[in-house]
Amino acid sequence: MIDLGPHALFIQLAWAAAGLVTLGLIAWVMIDYRSQRRQLAALEQAANARRRPAAPTPAVLEGAGVP
Amino acid sequence: MALIDLANPTRFLAFARAAIPIAGVLAAGLLAVGIYLAFFVAPEDYQQGATVRILYIHVPSAWLGMACYVVMTLSALGTLVWKHPLADVSQKAAAPIGAAFTLLCLVTGALWGRPMWGTYWVWDARLTSTLVLLLIYLGLIALWRTVEDPGRAGRAAAVLTLVGAVNIPIIKFSVDWWNTLHQPTSVIRLGGPTIHSSILTPLLIMAIGATALFVALHLSAMRNEILRRRVRTLRILAAQRGATA
Repeated sequence: MIDLGPHALFIQLAWAAAGLVTLGLIAWVMIDYRSQRRQLAALEQAANARRRPAAPTPAVLEGAGVP
Repeated sequence: MALIDLANPTRFLAFARAAIPIAGVLAAGLLAVGIYLAFFVAPEDYQQGATVRILYIHVPSAWLGMACYVVMTLSALGTLVWKHPLADVSQKAAAPIGAAFTLLCLVTGALWGRPMWGTYWVWDARLTSTLVLLLIYLGLIALWRTVEDPGRAGRAAAVLTLVGAVNIPIIKFSVDWWNTLHQPTSVIRLGGPTIHSSILTPLLIMAIGATALFVALHLSAMRNEILRRRVRTLRILAAQRGATA
Protein backbone atom coordinates (compact mmCIF):
# COMPACT_ATOMS: atom_id res chain seq x y z
CA MET A 1 0.00 0.00 0.00
CA ILE A 2 1.35 3.43 -0.95
CA ASP A 3 2.41 5.62 1.97
CA LEU A 4 0.29 8.79 2.04
CA GLY A 5 2.10 10.36 4.97
CA PRO A 6 0.66 12.09 8.03
CA HIS A 7 -2.25 13.63 6.07
CA ALA A 8 -3.48 10.33 4.59
CA LEU A 9 -7.03 10.81 5.90
CA PHE A 10 -7.45 14.12 4.01
CA ILE A 11 -6.18 12.54 0.76
CA GLN A 12 -8.42 9.48 1.17
CA LEU A 13 -11.48 11.63 1.96
CA ALA A 14 -10.84 13.85 -1.08
CA TRP A 15 -10.53 10.87 -3.44
CA ALA A 16 -13.56 9.19 -1.84
CA ALA A 17 -15.57 12.37 -2.47
CA ALA A 18 -14.42 12.36 -6.11
CA GLY A 19 -15.47 8.70 -6.49
CA LEU A 20 -18.82 9.35 -4.84
CA VAL A 21 -19.62 12.37 -7.03
CA THR A 22 -18.54 10.56 -10.23
CA LEU A 23 -20.53 7.41 -9.45
CA GLY A 24 -23.48 9.53 -8.32
CA LEU A 25 -23.55 11.42 -11.65
CA ILE A 26 -23.28 8.18 -13.67
CA ALA A 27 -26.08 6.57 -11.59
CA TRP A 28 -28.24 9.71 -11.98
CA VAL A 29 -28.09 9.72 -15.82
CA MET A 30 -28.61 5.94 -16.05
CA ILE A 31 -31.59 5.79 -13.65
CA ASP A 32 -33.16 8.87 -15.28
CA TYR A 33 -32.71 7.32 -18.77
CA ARG A 34 -34.43 4.08 -17.72
CA SER A 35 -37.24 6.01 -16.04
CA GLN A 36 -37.89 8.19 -19.12
CA ARG A 37 -37.77 5.18 -21.48
CA ARG A 38 -40.24 3.29 -19.27
CA GLN A 39 -42.67 6.23 -19.13
CA LEU A 40 -42.36 6.82 -22.88
CA ALA A 41 -43.04 3.14 -23.66
CA ALA A 42 -46.12 3.12 -21.38
CA LEU A 43 -47.55 6.28 -22.97
CA GLU A 44 -46.92 5.04 -26.51
CA GLN A 45 -48.57 1.71 -25.66
CA ALA A 46 -51.60 3.54 -24.27
CA ALA A 47 -51.79 5.76 -27.37
CA ASN A 48 -51.60 2.71 -29.67
CA ALA A 49 -54.34 0.97 -27.69
CA ARG A 50 -56.61 4.02 -28.12
CA ARG A 51 -55.96 4.14 -31.88
CA ARG A 52 -56.87 0.44 -32.34
CA PRO A 53 -60.65 0.02 -32.96
CA ALA A 54 -62.31 -1.80 -30.06
CA ALA A 55 -63.58 -5.33 -30.85
CA PRO A 56 -67.41 -5.36 -30.94
CA THR A 57 -68.97 -6.92 -27.85
CA PRO A 58 -71.73 -9.64 -28.23
CA ALA A 59 -74.38 -7.17 -27.05
CA VAL A 60 -73.45 -4.72 -29.82
CA LEU A 61 -73.45 -7.49 -32.41
CA GLU A 62 -76.94 -8.64 -31.35
CA GLY A 63 -78.26 -5.08 -31.53
CA ALA A 64 -76.93 -4.76 -35.06
CA GLY A 65 -78.78 -7.93 -36.10
CA VAL A 66 -75.67 -9.99 -36.51
CA PRO A 67 -76.37 -13.66 -35.76
CA MET B 1 -22.43 15.77 -39.73
CA ALA B 2 -22.83 19.56 -39.53
CA LEU B 3 -23.71 21.16 -36.18
CA ILE B 4 -27.02 22.41 -37.60
CA ASP B 5 -28.07 18.78 -38.29
CA LEU B 6 -28.01 18.16 -34.54
CA ALA B 7 -30.81 20.72 -34.15
CA ASN B 8 -33.14 17.86 -35.04
CA PRO B 9 -33.70 15.94 -31.76
CA THR B 10 -34.02 12.59 -33.56
CA ARG B 11 -30.65 13.12 -35.29
CA PHE B 12 -29.17 14.26 -31.98
CA LEU B 13 -30.38 11.07 -30.28
CA ALA B 14 -28.69 8.97 -33.01
CA PHE B 15 -25.49 11.01 -32.58
CA ALA B 16 -25.64 10.65 -28.77
CA ARG B 17 -26.17 6.87 -29.06
CA ALA B 18 -22.86 6.62 -30.94
CA ALA B 19 -20.88 9.26 -29.05
CA ILE B 20 -21.73 8.39 -25.41
CA PRO B 21 -19.96 4.98 -25.36
CA ILE B 22 -16.89 6.44 -27.11
CA ALA B 23 -16.61 9.31 -24.60
CA GLY B 24 -17.31 6.91 -21.72
CA VAL B 25 -14.58 4.44 -22.74
CA LEU B 26 -12.13 7.30 -23.36
CA ALA B 27 -12.90 8.74 -19.90
CA ALA B 28 -12.52 5.38 -18.15
CA GLY B 29 -9.19 4.68 -19.89
CA LEU B 30 -7.68 8.12 -19.30
CA LEU B 31 -8.85 8.32 -15.67
CA ALA B 32 -7.42 4.83 -14.97
CA VAL B 33 -4.03 5.87 -16.42
CA GLY B 34 -4.20 9.22 -14.58
CA ILE B 35 -4.97 7.56 -11.21
CA TYR B 36 -2.10 5.09 -11.71
CA LEU B 37 0.34 7.91 -12.53
CA ALA B 38 -0.95 10.09 -9.68
CA PHE B 39 -0.43 7.41 -7.01
CA PHE B 40 2.43 5.24 -8.28
CA VAL B 41 4.59 7.37 -10.61
CA ALA B 42 4.26 11.09 -9.73
CA PRO B 43 6.55 12.22 -6.91
CA GLU B 44 5.46 13.94 -3.72
CA ASP B 45 5.76 17.71 -3.68
CA TYR B 46 8.86 19.04 -1.93
CA GLN B 47 6.73 21.30 0.30
CA GLN B 48 3.26 19.72 0.39
CA GLY B 49 4.30 16.08 0.54
CA ALA B 50 1.66 13.49 -0.39
CA THR B 51 -1.22 16.00 -0.14
CA VAL B 52 -0.27 17.07 -3.68
CA ARG B 53 -2.25 13.98 -4.79
CA ILE B 54 -5.43 15.96 -4.04
CA LEU B 55 -4.35 18.27 -6.90
CA TYR B 56 -5.22 15.57 -9.47
CA ILE B 57 -8.92 15.75 -8.60
CA HIS B 58 -9.18 19.31 -7.28
CA VAL B 59 -7.87 21.07 -10.41
CA PRO B 60 -9.89 19.05 -13.02
CA SER B 61 -13.07 19.54 -10.97
CA ALA B 62 -12.37 23.29 -10.73
CA TRP B 63 -11.74 23.54 -14.49
CA LEU B 64 -14.88 21.55 -15.30
CA GLY B 65 -17.00 23.54 -12.85
CA MET B 66 -16.08 26.66 -14.84
CA ALA B 67 -16.02 25.02 -18.31
CA CYS B 68 -19.52 23.67 -17.72
CA TYR B 69 -20.72 27.21 -17.02
CA VAL B 70 -19.08 28.40 -20.26
CA VAL B 71 -21.02 25.66 -22.11
CA MET B 72 -24.19 26.89 -20.39
CA THR B 73 -23.43 30.50 -21.37
CA LEU B 74 -22.99 29.52 -25.04
CA SER B 75 -26.22 27.50 -24.79
CA ALA B 76 -27.97 30.53 -23.27
CA LEU B 77 -26.89 32.58 -26.31
CA GLY B 78 -28.19 29.74 -28.49
CA THR B 79 -31.57 29.99 -26.74
CA LEU B 80 -31.93 33.78 -26.80
CA VAL B 81 -30.13 34.76 -30.04
CA TRP B 82 -30.32 31.79 -32.44
CA LYS B 83 -33.36 30.04 -30.86
CA HIS B 84 -31.64 26.70 -31.36
CA PRO B 85 -34.11 23.96 -30.33
CA LEU B 86 -31.50 22.02 -28.34
CA ALA B 87 -29.83 25.02 -26.68
CA ASP B 88 -31.98 25.10 -23.55
CA VAL B 89 -31.88 21.29 -23.41
CA SER B 90 -28.07 21.56 -23.32
CA GLN B 91 -28.20 24.29 -20.70
CA LYS B 92 -30.61 22.43 -18.41
CA ALA B 93 -28.68 19.16 -18.75
CA ALA B 94 -25.33 20.80 -17.91
CA ALA B 95 -26.40 22.56 -14.68
CA PRO B 96 -26.46 19.57 -12.25
CA ILE B 97 -23.14 18.29 -13.69
CA GLY B 98 -21.51 21.70 -13.26
CA ALA B 99 -22.91 21.97 -9.72
CA ALA B 100 -21.49 18.54 -8.85
CA PHE B 101 -18.01 19.39 -10.16
CA THR B 102 -18.04 22.77 -8.39
CA LEU B 103 -19.11 21.12 -5.12
CA LEU B 104 -16.31 18.56 -5.56
CA CYS B 105 -13.83 21.39 -6.16
CA LEU B 106 -14.90 23.11 -2.91
CA VAL B 107 -14.84 19.88 -0.86
CA THR B 108 -11.43 18.72 -2.14
CA GLY B 109 -10.09 22.27 -1.73
CA ALA B 110 -11.23 22.32 1.91
CA LEU B 111 -9.65 18.91 2.53
CA TRP B 112 -6.42 20.15 0.96
CA GLY B 113 -6.56 23.50 2.78
CA ARG B 114 -6.81 22.04 6.30
CA PRO B 115 -3.37 20.37 6.34
CA MET B 116 -1.66 23.03 4.15
CA TRP B 117 -3.25 26.32 5.29
CA GLY B 118 -4.42 25.21 8.73
CA THR B 119 -8.07 25.89 7.85
CA TYR B 120 -10.86 24.33 5.78
CA TRP B 121 -12.20 27.68 4.61
CA VAL B 122 -11.29 31.36 4.29
CA TRP B 123 -13.43 34.05 2.72
CA ASP B 124 -10.82 34.90 0.09
CA ALA B 125 -11.65 35.93 -3.46
CA ARG B 126 -11.03 32.56 -5.20
CA LEU B 127 -12.94 30.47 -2.66
CA THR B 128 -15.81 32.93 -2.31
CA SER B 129 -16.29 33.38 -6.09
CA THR B 130 -16.31 29.57 -6.51
CA LEU B 131 -18.96 29.30 -3.79
CA VAL B 132 -20.95 31.97 -5.67
CA LEU B 133 -20.68 29.78 -8.81
CA LEU B 134 -22.17 26.84 -6.89
CA LEU B 135 -25.02 29.06 -5.65
CA ILE B 136 -25.70 30.25 -9.23
CA TYR B 137 -25.90 26.62 -10.39
CA LEU B 138 -28.32 25.78 -7.57
CA GLY B 139 -30.41 28.88 -8.36
CA LEU B 140 -30.64 27.87 -12.02
CA ILE B 141 -31.68 24.30 -11.12
CA ALA B 142 -34.36 25.73 -8.79
CA LEU B 143 -35.58 28.07 -11.56
CA TRP B 144 -36.06 25.18 -14.01
CA ARG B 145 -38.00 23.28 -11.35
CA THR B 146 -40.21 26.29 -10.58
CA VAL B 147 -41.40 27.12 -14.13
CA GLU B 148 -43.41 24.25 -15.63
CA ASP B 149 -43.24 25.21 -19.33
CA PRO B 150 -39.74 24.20 -20.59
CA GLY B 151 -39.66 27.02 -23.19
CA ARG B 152 -40.40 29.78 -20.66
CA ALA B 153 -38.06 28.22 -18.09
CA GLY B 154 -35.32 27.99 -20.72
CA ARG B 155 -35.57 31.69 -21.63
CA ALA B 156 -35.62 32.83 -17.97
CA ALA B 157 -32.67 30.56 -17.14
CA ALA B 158 -30.76 31.82 -20.20
CA VAL B 159 -31.03 35.43 -18.98
CA LEU B 160 -29.89 34.44 -15.46
CA THR B 161 -27.04 32.35 -16.93
CA LEU B 162 -25.76 35.31 -18.97
CA VAL B 163 -25.88 37.55 -15.87
CA GLY B 164 -23.97 34.93 -13.86
CA ALA B 165 -21.31 34.57 -16.57
CA VAL B 166 -19.57 37.65 -15.15
CA ASN B 167 -18.44 35.41 -12.28
CA ILE B 168 -16.25 33.19 -14.52
CA PRO B 169 -13.49 35.77 -15.24
CA ILE B 170 -13.73 36.82 -11.58
CA ILE B 171 -12.93 33.24 -10.49
CA LYS B 172 -10.14 32.91 -13.08
CA PHE B 173 -8.39 36.21 -12.31
CA SER B 174 -9.27 36.52 -8.59
CA VAL B 175 -5.80 35.26 -7.62
CA ASP B 176 -4.21 38.00 -9.78
CA TRP B 177 -6.54 40.87 -8.90
CA TRP B 178 -6.65 40.36 -5.12
CA ASN B 179 -4.29 39.18 -2.43
CA THR B 180 -5.59 35.67 -1.73
CA LEU B 181 -4.53 32.68 0.34
CA HIS B 182 -5.12 30.51 -2.73
CA GLN B 183 -1.98 30.02 -4.84
CA PRO B 184 -1.68 31.97 -8.12
CA THR B 185 -2.31 30.39 -11.55
CA SER B 186 0.26 27.66 -12.17
CA VAL B 187 -0.88 25.81 -15.32
CA ILE B 188 -2.66 28.08 -17.84
CA ARG B 189 -0.50 31.23 -17.68
CA LEU B 190 1.43 33.41 -20.14
CA GLY B 191 4.91 32.32 -19.03
CA GLY B 192 4.00 28.62 -19.23
CA PRO B 193 3.21 26.17 -16.40
CA THR B 194 5.20 26.44 -13.15
CA ILE B 195 4.57 22.76 -12.31
CA HIS B 196 7.24 20.13 -13.06
CA SER B 197 6.33 17.73 -15.89
CA SER B 198 6.34 14.74 -13.48
CA ILE B 199 3.28 16.25 -11.77
CA LEU B 200 1.88 18.17 -14.75
CA THR B 201 1.56 15.10 -17.05
CA PRO B 202 -0.73 13.09 -14.71
CA LEU B 203 -2.69 16.27 -14.02
CA LEU B 204 -3.32 16.88 -17.73
CA ILE B 205 -4.29 13.21 -18.28
CA MET B 206 -6.76 13.42 -15.38
CA ALA B 207 -8.12 16.71 -16.76
CA ILE B 208 -8.65 15.26 -20.28
CA GLY B 209 -10.23 12.13 -18.76
CA ALA B 210 -12.57 14.24 -16.62
CA THR B 211 -13.48 16.30 -19.71
CA ALA B 212 -14.37 13.10 -21.61
CA LEU B 213 -16.48 12.07 -18.61
CA PHE B 214 -18.23 15.44 -18.73
CA VAL B 215 -18.96 15.00 -22.46
CA ALA B 216 -20.45 11.53 -21.84
CA LEU B 217 -22.54 12.79 -18.90
CA HIS B 218 -23.71 15.92 -20.72
CA LEU B 219 -24.79 14.02 -23.84
CA SER B 220 -26.57 11.44 -21.64
CA ALA B 221 -28.36 14.14 -19.64
CA MET B 222 -29.37 15.92 -22.89
CA ARG B 223 -30.79 12.64 -24.25
CA ASN B 224 -32.75 12.17 -21.00
CA GLU B 225 -34.11 15.73 -21.22
CA ILE B 226 -35.31 15.18 -24.81
CA LEU B 227 -37.09 11.99 -23.70
CA ARG B 228 -38.57 13.86 -20.69
CA ARG B 229 -40.03 16.48 -23.06
CA ARG B 230 -41.50 13.76 -25.28
CA VAL B 231 -43.12 12.19 -22.21
CA ARG B 232 -44.53 15.61 -21.24
CA THR B 233 -45.92 16.21 -24.74
CA LEU B 234 -47.56 12.75 -24.86
CA ARG B 235 -49.11 13.34 -21.39
CA ILE B 236 -50.56 16.69 -22.50
CA LEU B 237 -51.97 15.12 -25.69
CA ALA B 238 -53.48 12.24 -23.69
CA ALA B 239 -55.02 14.72 -21.22
CA GLN B 240 -56.46 16.82 -24.10
CA ARG B 241 -57.94 13.71 -25.72
CA GLY B 242 -59.41 12.71 -22.36
CA ALA B 243 -60.97 16.17 -21.94
CA THR B 244 -62.59 16.21 -25.42
CA ALA B 245 -63.82 12.58 -25.28
